[in-house]
Amino acid sequence: MSEKEPNQLVDNFFRLEAGRMVSTLTRIFGLDNIDLAEDVVQDAMVKALQQWSYGSIPANPSGWIMQVARNRALDILRRQTSFQKKEGEISRSIETQLRSPAEFEQCFAETEIRDDQLRMIFACCHPSLSRESQVALTLKTLCGLGVAEIARSFLTSEDAVAKRLVRAKQRLREARVPFEIPAGAALAARLDSVLQVLYLLFNEGYNASQGQELIRWDLSTEAIRLSELLLEHPAGNTPASNALQALMLFQASRFTARVGDDGGLLLLDEQDRSRWNRAMIEWGTYFLEQSAAGEELSAFHLQAGIAACHSLAESYESTDWDTILSLYDLLIEIDPSPVAALNRAVALAKVQGAGAGLQAVAEIQNKKQIGSYYLLHAVLAEFNLELGNLHRASEHLSKALELTNAESEQAFLSRKLKRCENQIAQSGLRQRLA
Amino acid sequence: MESDTKTFLLILRGGSTRRDMSPTDYGRVVRKYMDWVESLKTSGHYKAGEPLEEDGKVLSGRQPTLITDGPFAESKETVGGYFMITARDLDEASEVARGCPIFENDGTVEVRQIAIIPRPEA
Repeated sequence: MSEKEPNQLVDNFFRLEAGRMVSTLTRIFGLDNIDLAEDVVQDAMVKALQQWSYGSIPANPSGWIMQVARNRALDILRRQTSFQKKEGEISRSIETQLRSPAEFEQCFAETEIRDDQLRMIFACCHPSLSRESQVALTLKTLCGLGVAEIARSFLTSEDAVAKRLVRAKQRLREARVPFEIPAGAALAARLDSVLQVLYLLFNEGYNASQGQELIRWDLSTEAIRLSELLLEHPAGNTPASNALQALMLFQASRFTARVGDDGGLLLLDEQDRSRWNRAMIEWGTYFLEQSAAGEELSAFHLQAGIAACHSLAESYESTDWDTILSLYDLLIEIDPSPVAALNRAVALAKVQGAGAGLQAVAEIQNKKQIGSYYLLHAVLAEFNLELGNLHRASEHLSKALELTNAESEQAFLSRKLKRCENQIAQSGLRQRLA
Repeated sequence: MESDTKTFLLILRGGSTRRDMSPTDYGRVVRKYMDWVESLKTSGHYKAGEPLEEDGKVLSGRQPTLITDGPFAESKETVGGYFMITARDLDEASEVARGCPIFENDGTVEVRQIAIIPRPEA
């Protein structure tokens, strides 16, 4: 792992710089011209690749590549201006950019670059776009992922992602979305959409439902990075965004501890808690405290509270299930989804036993929605195991195995299933011997 | 350096302009070059290496006449830079050049020995 780090640093450098550059160039060229911004970034990376391949990298790589992008942008603006002058029409944004060199330079100030990324987040999460498009566009423009990488991390075709991105940009043009941080009532709605997108990104990485390990981990760290960006700005620093950040940090603190030596997934009771990332837990606690400012109680608050209970328990046995259950009781009122209800059933089983858990699962509304959700079957298997219904448990484990694509989860479920089958065989043997 | 080693010029052409690369891909390629240059240094083959600027002029003819602003229209043929390495012979130099990451992106490497011209006796 440690050997990989400097390599990933180089890999990530271009990705992160691309996100910064696309945002700033979009500010310069206008939201209508994301494609142009992306072309300029591509040119800058080609030049970096060409010049850095001979053994020496500039002292300030970040400044170097931004400078290349800056120069290309200036070339394009000048060319467009002289063309448009002939045509007798200069677009307002370009005129503003070129009015004074100082104003153009101002676009590359560090604080502006940061705010441009924020403007980009809000643009990507505009309500005219579907949630999938919001996510895809965020990954492309802000996280610097390529079409192939987005397709791989969401298990869809490159063609579908490419089309989705083209349509999303088209929509933004048609809706004449301004490149700005929304204000007033619009801010609250848009911010909610931003938080949903970030949490989706995080979960895609955290739950490792598909795709390559590295990309998945990146998705989660990207969600945390973008959320940090959001929290640094007064417009984005709300109780809910603090709660989301706390939630993500608590979960991320367990990233490495979740994977066993064989690469398999370890559950909370199997994890070596000394491997949890203490710094992340402390930051999570900090953001949870920050989230308590004000009246708002979002689903993120409750989920962060639940995650905190796990993170702060010294051992699995000392987990405060009573508090967790009461937080879930509140959560299912805000979030009446079957997934939340399923999680509550797990907490209930901890407090009142597996029988109560089974009962709660049976009572879940709209259970059809999660019928093909592997965790439903994994949970049912767990309850049945505890109650000694080995055959039932084995059926649910097989079903869960069918329903997940992630290798680490498959390995985990196979291990459980094997153990369960052994138990069945042993009890059969015992019966015959008796 | 041993007396029987010779110096070779590796001329790199093309290999950096695939448009479908993602930023991470660029990062990976740059890292491959860094690793390769590092391995050349470790093995003692490395002498020098530098990229060339994109812009250039090509002069030719009797006047001479300036024929173009860019080195070549075809980017595949554009020289991106050079490495100087030491090796026993052309075979070893070619073997060293074979490790260049440029081939993954359809580039080429021309391997040429720097001619040894005997100096006149002092």
